[in-house]
Amino acid sequence: MSQDHDHHHHDHDHSELSETELRVRALETILTEKGYVEPAALDAIIQAYETKIGPHNGARVVAKAWTDLAFKTALLQDGSKAIGTLGHVSRVGDHLVVVENTPERHNMVVCTLCSCYPWEMLGLPPVWYKAAPYRSRAVKDPRGVLADFGVALPKDTEIRVWDSTAETRFLVLPMRPAGTEGWSEEQLAELVTRDSMIGTGFPKTPGAPS
Amino acid sequence: MNGVHDMGGMDGFGKVEPEPNEPMFHEEWESRVLAMVRAMGAAGAFNIDTSRFYRETLPPHVYLSSSYYKKWFLGLEEMLIDKGYLTREEVAAGHAMQPAKALKHGKFDRANVERVMVRGKFGRPASAPAKFNIGDRVRARNIHPATHTRLPRYVRGHVGVVELNHGCHVFPDTAAMERGENPQWLYTVVFEGRDLWGEDGDPTLKVSIDAFEPYLDPA
Repeated sequence: MSQDHDHHHHDHDHSELSETELRVRALETILTEKGYVEPAALDAIIQAYETKIGPHNGARVVAKAWTDLAFKTALLQDGSKAIGTLGHVSRVGDHLVVVENTPERHNMVVCTLCSCYPWEMLGLPPVWYKAAPYRSRAVKDPRGVLADFGVALPKDTEIRVWDSTAETRFLVLPMRPAGTEGWSEEQLAELVTRDSMIGTGFPKTPGAPS
Repeated sequence: MNGVHDMGGMDGFGKVEPEPNEPMFHEEWESRVLAMVRAMGAAGAFNIDTSRFYRETLPPHVYLSSSYYKKWFLGLEEMLIDKGYLTREEVAAGHAMQPAKALKHGKFDRANVERVMVRGKFGRPASAPAKFNIGDRVRARNIHPATHTRLPRYVRGHVGVVELNHGCHVFPDTAAMERGENPQWLYTVVFEGRDLWGEDGDPTLKVSIDAFEPYLDPA
């Protein structure tokens, strides 16, 4: 396989980004002209990602697990199956593994080889999740990584890092914040942050500014 | 392959920098790249393992200096040329010049959008019993294939414990090279942080990978 990516001459009037933009447009033109893709179908994919997936899906699952013990038990047993029973969050692929944070153990998810991430539950991953600093350090120095997020754990807490090296996907079930007794699922879901489901943060606490 | 994509345990990349209120896409072209990759994959031009392999084989300096979607774009373009869906001349011209190659699942149109929104299925029926049980001690094999593999370097040669059995899955090492799905048992194997990183490692750390059976020996 050849790797001849350097055949374009860089014009100083164009940033690398604008050259990339031109190349991307050229590729889409070719794919369209050859009849491989319909541009309107590409628009529809983008629209679906922009509107249908996102951390709100994972937040609903977490909030339900905080309020419904039978659901939580099923969720930890077989994440995909349990989430599949929820009408409003039904788009879930196979082999979603939900891992529970406890006072004794904190879980954190990474993909050191690329950027595997539970898209259906959390949406598209943020840039930092896909970038070298996180991918390189999460498995070796997770406390240092957490410090970059302003997060500190008690020194005796076990840290379990899940490297997503296959088509399994991992979602962290964070601990329910104190002071939320009697809250509804909807109220609780508002406290669940994306990072708390990756393991690089905690849920919001009641009353704290968001 | 022992490429720069295999980053676990490398030093020197600096701090993690979360971006507050990060947009879904930073540039419009990123969304077009995402959609083209999803569409051409769903149309049958390539499988997910092959697409990962093409990103891994970008030259190291290109891999490390390109954004995520730039890597996706470069990998996609090269892969479609290699697989005969387009030519280098067409890419240079920015237009189709040759007849199209038939796609396994046909043109990607709006009717196909729904199915790309759920992840593909990778579980497969078992053709042989699992070699390892939960709780077994296993050693990650010291292998260095020049082709695609999902066994990260930082665990090779180390002993861990089988914690979960996920059933049989498509084997990326062969699927990426278009040598078939070759389903293999898949396990979560957990390692002690100090076994991986030495005496100075964090004593509270445990790291797991998901390992296909051919990556493991009994220990």
